[in-house]
Amino acid sequence: MMQVLIDFFSFSDPNIRYVVLGSMLLAASSAIVGVFIVLKKKALIGDAVSHSVLPGICAAFLFAGSKNIPLMIVGAFISGWLAIVMIDFITRHSKIKKDAAISIILTVFFGLGIVMLTYIQHNGYASQSGLESFIFGNAAALIGNDVIVFSVIAVVLVVIVIAFFKEFTLMAFDEPYAKTLGLPVSRLELLLTTLTVLAVVTGITAVGVVLMAAMLITPAAAARFWSDNIRKIVVISACFGAFSGLAGAFISYMAPAMPTGPWMVVASSCIAFFSFFFAPGRGSVSLWWRKRQHITDLNRRVG
Amino acid sequence: MNENNVLKVNSLTVGYTWKPVLWEIDFEIPQGKIVGVVGPNGAGKSTLLKSVMGVVPVTNGSVGIFGQPLDEVRKRVSYVPQRESVDWDFPASVFDVVMMGRYGRLGLLSRPRKADKEVVLDCLEKVGMADFAKRQISQLSGGQQQRVFIARALAQQADLYLLDEPFAGVDAATEETIIRLLRKMSEENKTLVVVHHDLQSVKKYFDWVIMLNVDLVAYGPTETVFTEENIKKTYGGKLTFLSDDGNMIADLYTIQEK
Repeated sequence: MMQVLIDFFSFSDPNIRYVVLGSMLLAASSAIVGVFIVLKKKALIGDAVSHSVLPGICAAFLFAGSKNIPLMIVGAFISGWLAIVMIDFITRHSKIKKDAAISIILTVFFGLGIVMLTYIQHNGYASQSGLESFIFGNAAALIGNDVIVFSVIAVVLVVIVIAFFKEFTLMAFDEPYAKTLGLPVSRLELLLTTLTVLAVVTGITAVGVVLMAAMLITPAAAARFWSDNIRKIVVISACFGAFSGLAGAFISYMAPAMPTGPWMVVASSCIAFFSFFFAPGRGSVSLWWRKRQHITDLNRRVG
Repeated sequence: MNENNVLKVNSLTVGYTWKPVLWEIDFEIPQGKIVGVVGPNGAGKSTLLKSVMGVVPVTNGSVGIFGQPLDEVRKRVSYVPQRESVDWDFPASVFDVVMMGRYGRLGLLSRPRKADKEVVLDCLEKVGMADFAKRQISQLSGGQQQRVFIARALAQQADLYLLDEPFAGVDAATEETIIRLLRKMSEENKTLVVVHHDLQSVKKYFDWVIMLNVDLVAYGPTETVFTEENIKKTYGGKLTFLSDDGNMIADLYTIQEK
C-alpha cells in the first residue's frame, strides 16, 4: 500500500503525471464553470449538455474514421449546443414545460449517441477507438497530446471566467438588470454555454458523459456551503474539483479495473455530503445547533 | 433640450402571445417630475417599464428617451426591478450588489476603480445603508433589500429612473426614506417614473400620474388627472366587484382623509 502511494505521488512515471494533472485540471475547470450554472439554477441544463455531446463525438469519429480530438470537440460542441437550442425552442413554442423538455432532449440525444456508439463498436473500429471509455470515463486513456489539448482548453476556460467574472456574476443574480445596463447579455449567455460545453468535452475522456454533470454541479453545490462570497466559492469549488480528480485518478491507478469517472463522482459526493452536514454556518449541524441555542435562550428568558 | 422629451412613448403595443399586455400607449413625461404609474394587476405597469428598458420586446410603436433611442442613452437611464424578481440568497454583499450599478459604465473586462467604490459608498449613504456595506444580502429585511436596489440604480448616476413598485412590502421608515430621496432627486432635475399600487398615497407622492389598464386611461398632472371618474375607468369592474354598493372609491377617499 505504502509503496503504491509513493509510486503514485512521486509522479516519476510520466503517464501518472499526465493522468493526475489532466484529471485535476479538468475537474477544477468544470467545477469553476459549475459555480455559475448552479447559481443560475441551471443544473439540469448542465446534465442535458453533458449527455447530449455523445452523438456529436460519435459523428466526429465516424467522419474522421479515428479518434481526432479537435474534430470531436467541434462535434461535441455542435450537438451540445443543438440540444440547448432545441430545449429552448420546445419551451417557447409548446405547452411542454422546461423540465419535461430537458428530459426529452437529454434522452433523445443520449439514446442516439448510444446507437451510434454501438454501430461504431460493431464495425471493427472498436479495438483502437477507445470510445467506450467516453461513457464512464477512463483517466488512463489520457495520454500525451490529449492531455495537452485538454489542459489548454481548461486554462482557456479559467482565463475566460476570470475575465468575465463580474458580468457572469451579475447575470446569475439579475439578468434583466444586466440587459438594462446595455451588457451584451445574449452573447455572454452564449459564451457561458460554450464554456459549459467545453468543460464537458474536456472532462469526457476521464469522467464520461453519464457522470460529467456531477463534476459540473457537485463541487459547486458543496462549495456554496462554505462561503457567502462568490469569489471564495469559485476557489473552493475548484479545490474540491481538483481533489476529486486526484482521488479518482489515484483509485483507478491502484485498481486499474476501476473506472475513473464514477470514483471522481464518489469523491466529490463525499465532500458534498460532508459540507451539507458539517460546514460552519450553513451546514445542517450548525443550523440545528444554532436553533437549539436559540430555543434554550428563549426558554431561559421566558422561564 | 425639449423639456417634454425626457420620455416619449409612441403607440407602444406589447403582447407576450396573442393577447396584448399594452395597447397603443402614447404619452410624454417632462423633466424633473415624479410620475406614478397606477392600474390594477395585469394592467401592464411593470411591462411598460420593461419595454421602455428593452427587457421585453416591443410588438409595435416606439420609445424615445431624451429624444433618442434607448441604445444611445443607456447610461442616462436606470431601472429598479421588483424586489422579488431576484434570489436574495445569492452569495453577494450589499457593496457587491450596489457596485453592479457601475458595470454599465465600466464596460467589459475592466475592474472597479477607487472612484467607483466611492460612488457606491456615497449611494449607500443616500439610502441610509452605509453601515450595511459588508452585510450579506441574504440577511436583509424587505425594506433594506429595496434600499439596496435603489442604491444600485443611483450608482448608475442616470437622469431618468424607472422604479417598479419600490413601496411594495416595505416598512414605514423605508417608505419615508425612499420618498424623501425621490423628492430630492426630482429637485436635482432627475425624472422618476414609479409603478405604484397604493391609491391612497398617489396624491401625496406624485406630481404626475399615468393611469393604465392595458390601454392608457389618462396621463398628466395628478390634480387634474387623478379624478374619481378616471380611477373608475382604470379600475372599473374590479372595484365595483369588490364593493356591493359601488362606493369603493368614496371609501378610499374617506380613508385618505383620515
